[in-house]
Amino acid sequence: MLETFTEFFRQLADDYPRWNFIFFHEPRQWARIVKGFQHTIVLSIACVFFSVIIGVIGAWMQSSPSVWVRRIVQGYIQFFRNTPPFVQLLFFYFALGQFTPSVTGPDGWTEVPIISNIGWAIISLSLFAGAFNVEIFRSGIEAVPESTQEAASALGFSRLQTYIDVVLPLAFRVSLPALNNNLVNLVKTTTQAIAIAVPELLYQSVSIWSDYPSAQYPTMILLFLSFIFLVGILVFGMSRWERAMRIPGYGG
Amino acid sequence: MPQHAWTDDQPIVSIKDVHKSFGNLEVLKGISMDVMKGEVICIIGPSGSGKSTLIRCINALNDIQAGSIQVEGLEVNDKDLNKLELRKKVGMVFQQYNLFPHKTALENIMMAPIKVLKENPVEVEARARGLITKVRLEGKEGAYPGELSGGQQQRVAIARSLAMNPDIMLFDEVTAALDPETVKEVLVTIQDLAEDGMTCMLVTHEMGFAKEIADHIYFTDRGVIVEHGPPATFFDKAEDPRTREFLSQIL
Repeated sequence: MLETFTEFFRQLADDYPRWNFIFFHEPRQWARIVKGFQHTIVLSIACVFFSVIIGVIGAWMQSSPSVWVRRIVQGYIQFFRNTPPFVQLLFFYFALGQFTPSVTGPDGWTEVPIISNIGWAIISLSLFAGAFNVEIFRSGIEAVPESTQEAASALGFSRLQTYIDVVLPLAFRVSLPALNNNLVNLVKTTTQAIAIAVPELLYQSVSIWSDYPSAQYPTMILLFLSFIFLVGILVFGMSRWERAMRIPGYGG
Repeated sequence: MPQHAWTDDQPIVSIKDVHKSFGNLEVLKGISMDVMKGEVICIIGPSGSGKSTLIRCINALNDIQAGSIQVEGLEVNDKDLNKLELRKKVGMVFQQYNLFPHKTALENIMMAPIKVLKENPVEVEARARGLITKVRLEGKEGAYPGELSGGQQQRVAIARSLAMNPDIMLFDEVTAALDPETVKEVLVTIQDLAEDGMTCMLVTHEMGFAKEIADHIYFTDRGVIVEHGPPATFFDKAEDPRTREFLSQIL
C-alpha cells in the first residue's frame, strides 16, 4: 500500500518535473516535514496559551486603581501592537539574546544560551498576540455591568475574587469571537519564526525547496493545506467551546 | 479609632450627620438615624432625594465625605475599614437583582459563602437549598437567571444575601423593576424575613407595604430627613407640608 503510494509520487516526479512531491517518496524529506509540523504545533500551542494568560492578567492590571500600573500596561500594548512582529522577533533574538547568560551544552564544551531560538519565538510571539488579547478582554470586561460587580462587592468579594469568579467568566464569553480571530492570526504568524531559524514548517519547507527546486510547488501546497488544517482545528475547538459556555437565557 | 464593643441594646446601625457629594452635587446633607436590632425601617421620598445613596453608604458601596455610620460598632467612614467584616454583617438587594448570569439559582446562592467565607460546599449547599425553600423557589435550583422572571430573580437575590447570614438587610427599591403581579411575591418574602426578626432597611415606593411592615418610616427630600415616625402617626398625622404633598400624590 505505502509502496504504491511512494511509487506513484516518484513516477509523478519523473513524468512532471515541476511536481516533485519529494516528501512523499523520500523518507529524509518526510522527516523534515514532520519535524517542522511538530515545531509549528509546539509554537502555536505555547503562544496561544501564554498570550491568553497575558491577556487575562493585562486586562486585570488595566483596571488597577494605580495610574502607574495602568500606564505600564498601556505602554506594553502600544509597543507590541504598533510594531511589526517580525521586527520584534529579530529584536528579541538578536538584541536581548545577547544579554542572556549561556550554559555549557550537552557536549561539554559549546556554550548554549539559556533561552533557545524557540524560546525567544514563544516569548516574542506571545507578547505580540498578548497585547491584542489584553484589548480584546478589556472590551469583554467593559460589557459586564458595573451593577453585577457591585453585587459581588456587596457579598464581600474582593476585587480579585470579583474578577476571577464574576467578571472574567462573563467577559470571556463576550470576547470569544474576537479572541478567535486573534488566535488564528497568531498560529499563522508562527511562520515568522523562520527569521530566527526556528525549524518550524515554513523553515523546513524553504529548506526542502532550496535543496530540490523541483519540489517548490508541491511544498507550497503542503504548507497551505497544513495551515488550513491547523487553523481549522483551532476554529473548530473554539466554536465548540463557545457553544459549551453559552448560558441559557443570557446574551444571543 | 478604637472600636467599642457593640451590644444589642445599642443601635445596630447608627447614622450621624452624614454628608455625601458626587462632585459638586451634595446628595446627603446631614442625615442621622438610629436603627435598633430587629427593627424594620422604610425610607421613602421623591426620586433624587438621596435615599438609595444613603443605604448604599451603609455597606460602603458609596463613601461619605463627613459624618459617621456605625454598623454594630464598626465605623464605615474609615479609610482602613475592613470591608469584608462590614459586608458579612450587611446583606444588600438591588433594584435590578444583579444576579450572576452565568450561575444557576442555587450556585448564585452558594457562591459567596464558598468563595468569600471559605465554607464547606456540602454544608453551604444544604443551607442554600433551605433558602430556596424559604423564598418559595423549589424546582428552580438549576435555572439560570435568564430563565427566571423578575420576581423569581429578586427572590434568588434575597436568598443569595441571606446565605451570608447577615445581621442587617438593605433593600434598594427591590420591587421597582417588577411587574405588578410579581411585586407581591417579593414583598411576602421580605415580610417573612421581618417576622423572623431580621433588621431590615428598605428604600421603597410601596406605601401600603411600608405602612404594614415598618416600625419606623423616614421621609427624605433633597438630602435631608424631613419627617419620621411610626407608620400610624406618619401616614395620618404628617406635619410637614412637603411630606403631606408627597403622600397625597402617592396614596
